[in-house]
Amino acid sequence: MGRAATWETWKPDPGNPNQHVAMLVDTSECIGCKACEVACKQWNLNEARINQEPGTYQSHPHLDAQTWTLIRFVERTNDQGEVEWLFQKHNCMHCTEAGCVTACPTDALQYGNYGVVTLDQEKCIGCAYCEQACPFDAIHVDRNPFNPRAQKAGKCTLCYDRITAGMQPACVKTCPTDCIKFGDRDALIEWGRQRVEELKARGFKNANLYGVDQLGGLHELYVLLEPPEVYGLPANPKISTWTKLWKYAVQPLGKLAVGAGLFGLAVNWVAARRAFLQGQAAGHGESDHAAGQS
Amino acid sequence: MTTSFWDLQNADVIVFMGSNAAENHPISMKWFLRGKEKGAKVIVLDPRYTRTAAKADMWVPFRSGTDIAVLGGLINYAIQNGKFHREYVVKYTNAPLLVHPDFQFHDGLFSGWDPEKQAYDRSTWGFQTGPDGQPLRDETLEHPQTVFQHIKRIYSEYTPERVSQITGIPVETFLKLAEIITDTGVPGKAATFVYAMGWTQHTKGVQNIRAATILQLLLGNIGVPGGGIAALRGHANVQGATDLAVLWHDLPGYLGIPNESHKDLATYLEKTTTKDSFWENKPKFMISLLKAWYGEAARPDNDWAFHYIPKVDSRWFSHYDIFQSIYEGTVKGLFVFGQNPAVGSANAGKIPQVMKNLEWLVVVDLFATETADFWHLFGNDPKQVATEVFFLPAAGPLEKEGSFTNSHRLIQWKHKAIEPLGEARSDGWYAVQLGKRLKALYANSTAKKDEPIRYLVWDYDDPDHPNDIDHLKVLKEINGYEVATGKPVSGFGQLKDDGSTACGCWIYSGILVEENGQLVNKADSRKPTAPNRPDGWVEAKGDGTTDYLHHGWGFAWPANRRVLYNRASADPEGRPWGKVPLVWFDHAAGQWKGVDVPDMLPVKPGEVRMGVRFDTPFIMKAGGLGGIWGGTSLVDGPVPVHYEPVESPVQNLLYRQQTIPTARTYQSPYDHYGTPDKYPIVVTTYRLTEHLTSGVMTRNLPWLAEAFAVPFVEISQELAREKGIRNGDLVEVETARGRVRVRALVTSRLKPLRLGDRVVHEIGLPIHWAPFSGVAGVQADITNTLTPQAVDANVQIQESKAFLGNIRKVTA
Repeated sequence: MGRAATWETWKPDPGNPNQHVAMLVDTSECIGCKACEVACKQWNLNEARINQEPGTYQSHPHLDAQTWTLIRFVERTNDQGEVEWLFQKHNCMHCTEAGCVTACPTDALQYGNYGVVTLDQEKCIGCAYCEQACPFDAIHVDRNPFNPRAQKAGKCTLCYDRITAGMQPACVKTCPTDCIKFGDRDALIEWGRQRVEELKARGFKNANLYGVDQLGGLHELYVLLEPPEVYGLPANPKISTWTKLWKYAVQPLGKLAVGAGLFGLAVNWVAARRAFLQGQAAGHGESDHAAGQS
Repeated sequence: MTTSFWDLQNADVIVFMGSNAAENHPISMKWFLRGKEKGAKVIVLDPRYTRTAAKADMWVPFRSGTDIAVLGGLINYAIQNGKFHREYVVKYTNAPLLVHPDFQFHDGLFSGWDPEKQAYDRSTWGFQTGPDGQPLRDETLEHPQTVFQHIKRIYSEYTPERVSQITGIPVETFLKLAEIITDTGVPGKAATFVYAMGWTQHTKGVQNIRAATILQLLLGNIGVPGGGIAALRGHANVQGATDLAVLWHDLPGYLGIPNESHKDLATYLEKTTTKDSFWENKPKFMISLLKAWYGEAARPDNDWAFHYIPKVDSRWFSHYDIFQSIYEGTVKGLFVFGQNPAVGSANAGKIPQVMKNLEWLVVVDLFATETADFWHLFGNDPKQVATEVFFLPAAGPLEKEGSFTNSHRLIQWKHKAIEPLGEARSDGWYAVQLGKRLKALYANSTAKKDEPIRYLVWDYDDPDHPNDIDHLKVLKEINGYEVATGKPVSGFGQLKDDGSTACGCWIYSGILVEENGQLVNKADSRKPTAPNRPDGWVEAKGDGTTDYLHHGWGFAWPANRRVLYNRASADPEGRPWGKVPLVWFDHAAGQWKGVDVPDMLPVKPGEVRMGVRFDTPFIMKAGGLGGIWGGTSLVDGPVPVHYEPVESPVQNLLYRQQTIPTARTYQSPYDHYGTPDKYPIVVTTYRLTEHLTSGVMTRNLPWLAEAFAVPFVEISQELAREKGIRNGDLVEVETARGRVRVRALVTSRLKPLRLGDRVVHEIGLPIHWAPFSGVAGVQADITNTLTPQAVDANVQIQESKAFLGNIRKVTA
């Protein structure tokens, strides 16, 4: 598995779509260079958004429909009174119980192979329910009306197109310090736990591995130097009861309602057709052409 | 770099000082982090808490421009506490040698200072010699005229308290730092010092590096696993450009430019060759160079065409001298390849003003730059500018074949990935064409002065595509070949001084060899050692069997050696000092062996010639001894001592001599200097990961432009409070030379510095923005309008890391 081969050459097993892959970011070795951001934009041909706020090194205030991965910069003074600068590569966590999948009314968002949360932009209607449902602010709808992907949601795909072709995700491939690793999820968890122990031994008493249990297990794992909240990551992310209610009660009811509506329409159509045919039989030839058009 | 990135895993301590590797050499950071993973302590000395500091165990802020005070303090600490590697110092360095009896150092001046000439007479900086011509030595290090005693005396003033008052490092912090670093002053332990522009861009840039050299030699940290001084080079191929002497004061392979006192080749060789060193082979390298350049026209009867090479006089011809000469009217035409001096040069405001004096200007670049468009920008009226400007489109890095030589002297071949756009051509193509056309122009000249052009060997055409370069022809000339057969030489050991070999750059020799009748380009070799760790890298092993230095990948000069001076990794008997061996003497086989290519003369341990041990590690230095004492090699002193920058907020606490006396400033209506009463704040400049120098190659690409769009000045919380500035406010930074408006980035990553009983503030700005180039939304004022053209006397680098300014809040 993961540990036998080196991370750089690891590939998912094409014969086993139930295998869980993951990406692990060792933030202790992230240098905040943003090469991952650029590689992501380039591979996915996403457009540049020049919207940096003054007074920070962070390139964008948050993820957006064209920006699928972002280094978040956290500057703080720690318990020892020392300045600390933390970098966290933020993107879709590919949750096992995903808020976005739960909220999506058109099934554009689904659980795909290898544990990846997939997004089919063809099916996306831009309702933005996923935006509301994501506890990580990792999926957004493009509100630029001039963009070809206007009113479509966008987020990290875990480079599904690359990994299914035996390549590493673009950000992993480009990372100069190899702090982003891609591999078998269980093997990465084992590696991450070992790394946390090393960091603790070195004096990082708050070091922890994030993503093992959250939302049934994330497919984006982090070796963090400080508690998750310091990075703006929820320690116990939840899908709100309302989202679940929406998915498991309102939507089925709605579908039922839609079904009933369609039934009504069908009855209506049959009735209308009958009336039309009766009318045609009565010799209203003029309406022929119009009916053919409809 | 004396060392290799792959060897950094062996370091016990890694000290970044004058380097922000995580931001400016992100690829290298991988290897530093490998060292950290294996237990190295990482220390960052920098006024700012950078992205490198974010990965360090210890961040020590100090005032820009006081590096020698810090390093001098560490030297003093090592000597006073006996924390240095005595056997290494005695056997491998010039510490036991006796200095000229008339040498003196008093109040910041060395003996020989001539206030009229503003230069040193260096005759008292050398060593005392005995009747056999060899330097006198005292291995007890007790003789008062030994280098060791001089060093001990000079740095005795650099006490922790004094260092603290100069640099702003609290005494306790300095002592902790000193303890960690000097803990490596024992056999088997090593620290690496990493530097870049933070050490070089000062009026004492070369002396900053010399200070680290002294400390590292005292600690026995050069040439040993995990040791060394790592100079991180600024661009992909800046090391290659230096090696091939794209410089005014050198010839390829560091042979040195002849000057007007060198009437013939014999005089040049006599005066510039270091005796009792490997440099005794210099005649072979120099005559082979002349054969490479002038071919059949280089003959014994015309002194091998030595007189075709220009001879310099006492003037300088470096970057800033070029623009000063344009201002003075002596330089009339200018070629600019891949540079944007109107944005990237110090005192940038001067550049587009003096360029109006040019008759013609050629700019070769990927994008139109401020320099190419100077004639209608910066207040220049096109009607008043007579300069004829030619803009030629350049091919990008992926659009051309060639090689990169990176920081660890590793030459890697690269192939063209795609054809250049439109009529764009490589820089090499332009250079070859220029040479061809110049030769055609002078082909029928009979004037003596035109012979260097007429007889220049200039055959780089690709036989299959006459309008293209055959890059292997260029590489073969660099590598060297037998004149009679044209066969490449296998290394510089084959070069001769009888005209039978030609070689364009002796240190690269061995890069192109003939194996089984085939030309093999070693720079193109891609055979890494197989990983022995799950995360894909190769760990060094104590038994010396693992080639963790990847000798099958590319070619490192010289002779594919990865760690220079690696003889020093073993004791005088040839036994490795530490747990990881680099080289060792195999007594059974009677020869040196190693994980690396052994760096020494082919002699046995302890072999004595001409009265000195001849197996010492520093074979390019006299007697093979490491240069704790610099002797006469630099123009500004045999050892580094602390001077304040040309613009400084304080008096020199150590000497009456305020600044390094050899520093030069230029006289023009555009050169101004400020004083601390008007400009009390220390200003420094730097680069960011996201952009390259003047930003032309990055601000023009939307995906890179968005990565860092807003230029800024970093200021401490304390200074911000004092000045009523909030994060994100528009502010104006002013120096004696100019003003820029940028956004304030208020941060805890900069701290006010306490120098004794006063507080000094420091602010910093990146240099990547310019007012015209780039995609929409990433234009701004030019930071370099703030920086001074005050330069170092050895290499003429500008002091853009430490100068004076002020800051105030403004409204748009």
